Amino acid sequence: MRHTISLTVENKFGVLARVAGLFSGRGYNIESLSVAETLDPAVSKMTIVTSGEDKIIEQIIKQLNKLINTIKVVDLTVTDHVEREMVLVKVSASGENRAEVLRLVDIFRGKIVDVSPDTFVVELTGDEEKIAAVLNLFKPLGVKDIVRTGKVAMQRSIQHNDKEKK
Amino acid sequence: MKMTGAKIFVESLKKEGVDTIFGYPGGVVLNIYDELYRSDIRHILVRHEQGAAHMADGYARASGKVGVCLVTSGPGATNTVTGITTAYMDSIPIIVFTGQVPTNLVGNDAFQEADTIGITRSCTKHNFLIKNVKDMARTIKEAFYIARTGRPGPVVVDIPKDVTIDSTEFHYPEHIDLPGYKPIYEGHTGQIKRAIDMILASKKPVIYTGGGIISSDAAKELLTFAELLKTPVTNTLMGLGGFPGEHPLFLGMLGMHGTYAANMAVTHTDMLIAIGARFDDRVTGDINEFAPEAKIVHIDIDPTSISKNVEVDVPIVGNAKSVLAEMNKLIKKDKRLKEFLKEIEDWKKLIKQWQESHPLTYKEGGKLKPQFVIEKIYELTKGNAIITTEVGQNQMWTAQFYKFSKPRTFITSGGLGTMGYGFPAAIGAKIAIPEATVIDIAGDGSIQMNIQELATAVQYNVNVIVAILNNNYLGMVRQWQSLFYGKRYSHTDMSHKPDFVKLADAYGAKGYMVERKEDVLPVLKEALKSKLPVLIDFHVEEEEDVYPMVPSGASLKKMLLA
Repeated sequence: MRHTISLTVENKFGVLARVAGLFSGRGYNIESLSVAETLDPAVSKMTIVTSGEDKIIEQIIKQLNKLINTIKVVDLTVTDHVEREMVLVKVSASGENRAEVLRLVDIFRGKIVDVSPDTFVVELTGDEEKIAAVLNLFKPLGVKDIVRTGKVAMQRSIQHNDKEKK
Repeated sequence: MKMTGAKIFVESLKKEGVDTIFGYPGGVVLNIYDELYRSDIRHILVRHEQGAAHMADGYARASGKVGVCLVTSGPGATNTVTGITTAYMDSIPIIVFTGQVPTNLVGNDAFQEADTIGITRSCTKHNFLIKNVKDMARTIKEAFYIARTGRPGPVVVDIPKDVTIDSTEFHYPEHIDLPGYKPIYEGHTGQIKRAIDMILASKKPVIYTGGGIISSDAAKELLTFAELLKTPVTNTLMGLGGFPGEHPLFLGMLGMHGTYAANMAVTHTDMLIAIGARFDDRVTGDINEFAPEAKIVHIDIDPTSISKNVEVDVPIVGNAKSVLAEMNKLIKKDKRLKEFLKEIEDWKKLIKQWQESHPLTYKEGGKLKPQFVIEKIYELTKGNAIITTEVGQNQMWTAQFYKFSKPRTFITSGGLGTMGYGFPAAIGAKIAIPEATVIDIAGDGSIQMNIQELATAVQYNVNVIVAILNNNYLGMVRQWQSLFYGKRYSHTDMSHKPDFVKLADAYGAKGYMVERKEDVLPVLKEALKSKLPVLIDFHVEEEEDVYPMVPSGASLKKMLLA
């Protein structure tokens, strides 16, 4: 099963390498990883999407906790949380396609951030399902390139279920 | 007062109570060596940096203190990697200080530059690169704290040359502030109670303990625990010495070369009490058939060790010493204890039968037997010596035939299985405990891997004894080839080697050669009196095998018995 893990670490030299090395050294998957500094510049937050059986996920969380520079590990999958990803899509936009692209961008509340005579670069943000839906709709129009940030995720302030307590 | 980085380095070591370091100088650590020249810290000049790491490790295992080494950048650092990994796998607190090229050259492929932090990241508990002299004292304080607390382990501190020249105010911090590192020592009370409920309801319990008993200094608590419950104890290789080898409740080692009784006991137990052990594949054999009927209580300081290989019923995260002390207190006043002791009688009878029907043994006759040599070493030292080993048959026979009675008297590379470990580790142990008799039980293959340290032993009058069980083979590999590869001895013939007696002589040590049974005791006695390091070349039976043996990956009950 897929898990989204939020990792709070000291913002120090080499911490990303330690986390990445832990995953590669022990043969765990990383589907995506994003990292940046938090409000406190001495602290960084990583969002890691990984997958594996429950036993593997348990080991991953324990191993992450064991790193000296790790301050906190939360498996967001078992909590109420929001997830977002940003994607830049370079899509063909010539002739009648141009209007269709604009319409789709409007429907999905995206933004055109670059224009050329036969392409648009579209900026889109959303959860996994939304990004997948947009990419599916763009495909027949001709997607030339995409770049994704990987997921970022945050726990909701109010937890409606008690999954976390388990 | 302002001090250079090199001076701060030396002062910080003194603050940590370091009186001995193992090292080898080189270009980028010259400033530190210049400070050492003026200081009263004892420096042991090794002959290869791998030796320094193993000596620091042997020093740490024998004394319980943190072992320290100091090496130069590049090859100096990379030569320590096997030693660091050895310490990492066995949770041994050492600190390896490595020199680094000046910060402005880092990343430039400078002379003797290696990415030490990158190379050692996965074989250290933690590592540091000091980029500014202002961080020197604090980093050293943190390194020692991390190495010796929680589950101990090696720490590397990489120090660029310019940082040793720069100056700052010296102030050794009083407190540690590591927001992400808070080791747990006390076990969870509720879990402890659940464990006791489970244990007292069982009928066929076994206690299985590892190196955690030794690193947490819990041998006394374990003895009380086992005697209260009158429950048999088996040790892993790393756990030997954690429970008295001659104790009636002791079953010997379990696992690939474990005793029949220990392996049968864990196979049939209904209650496995694992303490400071990590269910290594050499212990469990086929994991699906390991303790298949058992409920498992697992006490370990490292949460990642729990439920890693085997599902556990009651996990207790904590230090073995404090958890056992707490359990002993509760068990003593538990009313169910009497009934429990009655209920386990049949089980103990069964175990006794296993012990009596299949004791550890070997066939007499023919050439000198390696097991005989170890028995004589035991007889002569009465279990009071510190014994180190190399890796392979010599290690397994020692584990089987020397009855360890005290913690920190058996020093061996368990996890990594490093050939060439035992001799430098013996030197480190002897330097830590000069009054102890220290004997490295070696093979003719392993001893050649760090033989250069004979010069170190002679230089510093470290009179350790090396007992080479010389069988002209890489014995353990030959044994596998014999059993599983149709006796095709592919490249395990070691008969081409130096004359060890002459070699000892050339280094200024004392050498003996022994072929006959009746010469074993007299030569050992002479060796024990020697003021010089001694190498004894025991010419033993060439194709002797270690038994029992569980073939790799097989179930523990499928032991080959001879």
